[in-house]
Amino acid sequence: MDAPFLSVRKLTKHFAPTAFSRGPVVRALEDISFDIARGQVVGLVGESGSGKTTIGRSVLRLIEPTSGEIRFDGVDITSLSAGPLARQRRRMQYIFQDPFASLSPRMTIGQILTEGLDIQGIGNRRERRARAEKALAAVELPVDAYDRYAHEFSGGQRQRIGIARALTLEPEFIVADEPVSALDVSIQAQIINLLRDLQVRLGLTMLFISHDLAVVEYICDTVIVLYLGRIMEVAPAAALYARPQHPYTRALLSAIPSLDPLARQGRQVLKGDIPSPAKPPTGCVFRTRCPVALDACAGIVPPLRATSDGHLKACIRDDIA
Amino acid sequence: MDAPILSISGLRAVFRIAGRDIAAVQDVDLVIGSGETVALVGESGSGKSVTSLSIIGLLPKKIGRIAEGSIALRRRDGTVTELTGLDPESLRKVRGNDIGMVFQEPMTSLNPVYSIGEQIAEPIRIHLGKSHRDAATDAVRLLAQVGIPDPDRRARQYPHELSGGMRQRATIAMALSCDPTLLIADEPTTALDVTIQAQILDLLAALQAQRGMGILFVTHNLGVVAEIADRVAVMYAGRIVESGPVSEVFTRPRHPYTAGLMRSVPRLGQATTLKAAGTPLPTIAGNVPSLALLPKGCSFAPRCALAVDACRTAVPPLFAATSTQQSRCLRWEDL
Repeated sequence: MDAPFLSVRKLTKHFAPTAFSRGPVVRALEDISFDIARGQVVGLVGESGSGKTTIGRSVLRLIEPTSGEIRFDGVDITSLSAGPLARQRRRMQYIFQDPFASLSPRMTIGQILTEGLDIQGIGNRRERRARAEKALAAVELPVDAYDRYAHEFSGGQRQRIGIARALTLEPEFIVADEPVSALDVSIQAQIINLLRDLQVRLGLTMLFISHDLAVVEYICDTVIVLYLGRIMEVAPAAALYARPQHPYTRALLSAIPSLDPLARQGRQVLKGDIPSPAKPPTGCVFRTRCPVALDACAGIVPPLRATSDGHLKACIRDDIA
Repeated sequence: MDAPILSISGLRAVFRIAGRDIAAVQDVDLVIGSGETVALVGESGSGKSVTSLSIIGLLPKKIGRIAEGSIALRRRDGTVTELTGLDPESLRKVRGNDIGMVFQEPMTSLNPVYSIGEQIAEPIRIHLGKSHRDAATDAVRLLAQVGIPDPDRRARQYPHELSGGMRQRATIAMALSCDPTLLIADEPTTALDVTIQAQILDLLAALQAQRGMGILFVTHNLGVVAEIADRVAVMYAGRIVESGPVSEVFTRPRHPYTAGLMRSVPRLGQATTLKAAGTPLPTIAGNVPSLALLPKGCSFAPRCALAVDACRTAVPPLFAATSTQQSRCLRWEDL
């Protein structure tokens, strides 16, 4: 079997207090391991503080992991110096959540799209423009967008520009961080269809981050469910929705309001708040809100184990599966 | 029968932009009875928030105003007050008193330098004339009612010491402090995680069952509407395009926009089927039109697969599709 395209091993990130901030160490990620095969889309799903964005940024080394290893196409990203890292980065791109904050209001779309090429020293001016125009076409925007400014576009169109910016470098791997969360419902589906189409057509490998389980189902092959910096469950998308194994995944699915007004009843509502990552519970981090927690759950951090039907889950309650 | 809690008719709210009045909301009629939850649902720029801001007289001061229409509120003492054209002082006596408000971002509704208890007690002192001590006792009781554990201690804490969900509970306690007849909840769960959203929706439903207030629930999330509302009004480009009981509108939408919106919402399990079949997710083509450049006729016509020439000549009236469901579509019978 081929080596995975992206391989994350024992990734841990602690944010220590700085000279300007007091308080305890924030344990954003603990012992995260997963693989993405070339051409696959893996979804990272979780609520606030689950660490999904921290994983996305660590993978591109936009933040420095505390420990752990990230291999991209066989190269250990975590130990690279600036020069070789920059060369790897041209193969990896990031799509941001907020299409208003992530596009400079003072640059033309053309400048935004060619900036990465400029930095990487790719092509001459004419070639860079040609690449940018190709990217605009790929995201179904008119070519004349090149000389216009971000404010002239709607939210959905701006997100298309953000995607085009990621495409100009012709990357092989993309981290899409909540790319549709800021968009209206009718536009969300357009952007997901576009990303899926590009992913298939260009053979992209993708890490797709979202707080919304319903959004990732269409685009992801595999879904990783996170809670307070730890992986709770990993499963192929279809299996995760059909047969969630971890009590947290079940609760998360159950909390999504259904369009069927008759389905109001029977929803499982988790009690309490998400604990602070500065003071995570001992043992299983989910146990303080878990409807099926036992005393034993406080004692050990449940390891991620394979279940009989091909999921990975971090839960000691095998009897409830 | 009692008069409705809220009765809006012919509301038109305009913004003065570049020397021109642009209607953010027009032809809006809406009635909320006591104990009833009505959801106003729509996408960005549909006018749902402008409608709720019109009720409480908080349109942006220099540029926004109510150009036409009436907004009548039944108050706690049973009298009915016309809110449009009320002077600022009288309006202040209604706001936070007969009308409670909860907004999207609890941190912007809470003052960081006052304790939670002080902030809940303030409207009780101002509107109900209670003493500091009585208001403080009431505040602790309200915190307990909105499900905040250890309310005595929490009342002495400051907003930054509470989680997002707890803060939203505190703003709900503040909104309910004067026992309002109408609660306006404008995207109250949008900034919250989905497991916390479920808690807040349950809380609002329970509080309404106890108190019998009317709720105007503004949201972009159709799932939340199905969860909490009795009736729904769907807005598009400043107008209500469809309204009726949630059970009717969601099982049989009579406006192509509502139908398109319902299809666009990702449903658990459905995407797997579509993906296996190689079919894209259903979408609504195009973008929401700018309010300054609305097309002639039906605003949705440029994006509508059912549009015919007649749709582009005049704005369709609201048709009674059933005795309870209305649609602003010439072709509602074809849906």
